[in-house]
Amino acid sequence: MNLDSLLPNLGEWLKGTGPESDVVISTRIRLARNLAHYPFAGRANLAQKTEIETRGRECLTQAQLPAPLPYVSVAALPTLDRQFLVERQLISRELANVLEGPRGVAFDERESVSVMVNEEDHLRLQVMRSGLALDEAWAEIDKLDDALEARLRFAFHEQFGYLTACPTNVGTGMRGSVMVHLPALGITKQIEKVFRALQKINLVVRGLYGEGSRASGDLYQISNQVTLGKSESRVLTEIREVIAMILQYERSARQVLIRERRQAEHDRVARALGTLGSATMITSEETMELLSAVRLGIHLQLVDNIPANLVNQLFIQTQSAHLQKLMGTVLDGEERNAARARYLRAKLRELDANSR
Amino acid sequence: MKCQRCPKPVSFHITEVIAPNQYEEVHLCEECGRKYLNEPFPVKATPPAQAVPSIPTEHAVNDPSAKQCEVCGLKFVEFRNSGRLGCPDDYDEFREDLLPLLESIHGDTKHLGKTPRRVPKPSAKKAELSQLRKRLSRAVSDEAYEEAARLRDQIKALEDYDQHS
Repeated sequence: MNLDSLLPNLGEWLKGTGPESDVVISTRIRLARNLAHYPFAGRANLAQKTEIETRGRECLTQAQLPAPLPYVSVAALPTLDRQFLVERQLISRELANVLEGPRGVAFDERESVSVMVNEEDHLRLQVMRSGLALDEAWAEIDKLDDALEARLRFAFHEQFGYLTACPTNVGTGMRGSVMVHLPALGITKQIEKVFRALQKINLVVRGLYGEGSRASGDLYQISNQVTLGKSESRVLTEIREVIAMILQYERSARQVLIRERRQAEHDRVARALGTLGSATMITSEETMELLSAVRLGIHLQLVDNIPANLVNQLFIQTQSAHLQKLMGTVLDGEERNAARARYLRAKLRELDANSR
Repeated sequence: MKCQRCPKPVSFHITEVIAPNQYEEVHLCEECGRKYLNEPFPVKATPPAQAVPSIPTEHAVNDPSAKQCEVCGLKFVEFRNSGRLGCPDDYDEFREDLLPLLESIHGDTKHLGKTPRRVPKPSAKKAELSQLRKRLSRAVSDEAYEEAARLRDQIKALEDYDQHS
């Protein structure tokens, strides 16, 4: 598969549509599954990993699925392509750069379903949805799991449920995760308070690229920690309740901003657009922060000539690997910052020309 | 407290270190205590010669980190270091050590939620088995041997399925 064909697309999670999309970027559910009678991937030898990959791959091509899931061998991909798949949230950083040996990913054309093979667990199923859509995502991944299970025997224990390499995932093997954009809680300095409340009810907050990654651009992932002793539907209900609370906090913080410091916010958004449209060197970090301000400006109706999903497009296309693919060449750090600034200037000029 | 060698009251409390993590306490009066300390080998505390090599073995049996999975060869200490188990059987092999860990991570040790389609619901299966066994004993006492044979086969099939899954 030529991955370059994905480049112009936004993928499911960045479509910018879906319920509550003023705050919720995307919903993601993953299931960890392992084949019975094999060691876990971290302890399997080369022959066993090859066998697991073959069986997984065959199953993915033969199972009755709503959309085909073509398989890409990650081991055979150049570094840039692996990074590209990480940025599109189709594979983990571990599968891309840390793990070795036979491994890969199967995903659909819409980039809403992906199955990693030989990650920490033999199979990591993932379904993504734009906006807040836990029920739809669960319904889809449940069906995918059934379709794979019809052809593979998963390691399952009467007491402990689905067995996983790490005991933190055992039981349902399910992690439900909602990505939210919380700039107003950041500006009004309430974000810490919200997160402390989350920890008490066993939900975790992570940065954009999962475990250990820093939160940037006011984007956070809220997900469950417990996988043993609570059913999938109960865990999803708990997440839904917390997200409802967070939505309410963020929206009322936005209202406060508009009421009490409209002028200052307008200025912040205008400056963000100014920098994005005229910088000659810009890091990915700074780009994310400025785009966060623009995104908030759009939802507060402080700017009216920018389509909401342009922010998502700029956000993904300015990530390192995407940028290098767009430019068609490998770039070092400084060259990337210059190329990123060039790309942003061109895009914003285009927008200006169209709105006149 | 009386001296262990004579009826006088104790004034020495001696702890002999026999091996790492193995101690013996000796309680003696002043007189016996001084004698004890001047003896070339502590008479009472000298362990039988063959007991010494047996100590490390005992030690290994009691130390959970030395346990090893018979299926994948993972040692419990390796799991301690990496946080990753080696194979599905580890959950039974290290069960006793994992239970407190699972309790602290999840606040629970029993799965609730989805089960693979091929696994019959455990409670339903158990209920069915006990139902069949009751009917079997009734059939036997009624001398309905054909019915009993049929029930016995049914029970056996259910139990076999359980063992193979």
